[in-house]
Amino acid sequence: MRVNFTVNGRQQEADDVWEGESLLYVLRERMGLPGSKNACEQGECGSCTVRLDGVPVCACLVAAGQVEGREVVTVEGLADYARHREDAHPGGGCASGACGTSLDSAKRWQARPTDGRTGEAGELAPIQQAFIDAGAVQCGFCTPGLLVAADELLENSPSPSDQDIREALSGNLCRCTGYEKILDAVRLAAARQGEAARS
Amino acid sequence: MDFLRPASWEEALAAKAEHPTAVPIAGGTDVMVEINFDHRRPEYLLDLNRIGELSEWEVGQENVRLGASVPYSSIMEHLRAELPGLALASHTVASPQIRNRGGVGGNLGTASPAGDAHPALLAADCEVEAESVRGKRLIPIDAFYTGVKRNALEPDELIRAVHIKKADGPQQYSKVGTRNAMVIAVCAFGIALHPETRTVRTGIGSAAPTPIRAREAEEFLNAALEEGGFWENGKIITPSIAQQFATLASGACNPIDDVRGTAKYRRHAVGIMARRTLGWTWEQYRGAGRALEGAA
Repeated sequence: MRVNFTVNGRQQEADDVWEGESLLYVLRERMGLPGSKNACEQGECGSCTVRLDGVPVCACLVAAGQVEGREVVTVEGLADYARHREDAHPGGGCASGACGTSLDSAKRWQARPTDGRTGEAGELAPIQQAFIDAGAVQCGFCTPGLLVAADELLENSPSPSDQDIREALSGNLCRCTGYEKILDAVRLAAARQGEAARS
Repeated sequence: MDFLRPASWEEALAAKAEHPTAVPIAGGTDVMVEINFDHRRPEYLLDLNRIGELSEWEVGQENVRLGASVPYSSIMEHLRAELPGLALASHTVASPQIRNRGGVGGNLGTASPAGDAHPALLAADCEVEAESVRGKRLIPIDAFYTGVKRNALEPDELIRAVHIKKADGPQQYSKVGTRNAMVIAVCAFGIALHPETRTVRTGIGSAAPTPIRAREAEEFLNAALEEGGFWENGKIITPSIAQQFATLASGACNPIDDVRGTAKYRRHAVGIMARRTLGWTWEQYRGAGRALEGAA
């Protein structure tokens, strides 16, 4: 079957999709976007986390046919997504209660061409930079899913408590780090976001 | 395999009538696991995501009509006052990613004894709105679970909504697992005080072939509370009553040994959860605020 949907702001069409295929498979194997990782295939590990119409979900548990006409943001589009959000809500976050990105502005958003394969994507989202600066990346396999989940947390909750961070990342497993540096990275990103909002 | 994408509820019913073997898929958190692992190759997948009304709820006078696909995250966020037990249970479901997709309709459709929503649904009391092209019917929750992963649905029926009684008293939910997220229940217990009818209802998960109520424990407690005038005087429940309630709840279990826990442990843990959750809800009932919202 054929599936039409938007990935990182670009209209995409996937052909000859098997009916039982997951969104994750389509992203990785058909669209050349291997950022979302394939690990458990049962929603346990969160390494395939993407935003589906703005909501974090496990791409391995979404049937490809279910994304027809919908919007997906993967880690490859995270930097652009974050920049766009910053333009729409300067200072980051949506403490005003007007959370997320309005449908209107989401529709106007166009991702700049990036090449997910070589990683020559240029700028990073603040959360990505924070992961690097805090040393939150070891083998890196869980990182894309954590970035997408953490970015969504900071979008809706600009100054999260440790409990909030733990809960938001409870669906993402990391087998290297013991999570402490990851928590540091999210705190760092939140602090920088707060500083930017004040200045 | 065929992927059916009905745009309306009527189309979905027609598709299910034409292809009774079609497997409905909404959040996909059960169905996709089975497909990914090659445990299941349904002839037809029936996607319900395009039917917006399944993700809506209505709060009425006595009931909440909860659409089958309302995600657990919405129940946690919006229905804590009306459905405190279910909101607490929803919070124990897997992870944020899963709670954003999964809903009560899927839990009921799968009818796993380990489904997190079941004990809360049994305790609150509800009816499952099932529909086919032949018509609509309301299945009492007590008659819904018919066996291990079996339910009372006919092959051509789909779950449209669940009509859950709004809380008229405190409700609690407790679940045993190895961590606070991403666990299938070793066992679970739900309790709801119904001061209007002066009854207590319960639900037990993962400790019998189906989700069950601890009926003997309920009957004992209802009689003991009545006899002692507890509903009026609001006194602390006598420890011996609480203990007997726990023992009877434990006795209602018919568990198995498996990788998650032994039958003996499950019986024991259900008794402990019964006693604790009774204590929590009763404290809420006695409390001046009579807060109905779940605590977690």
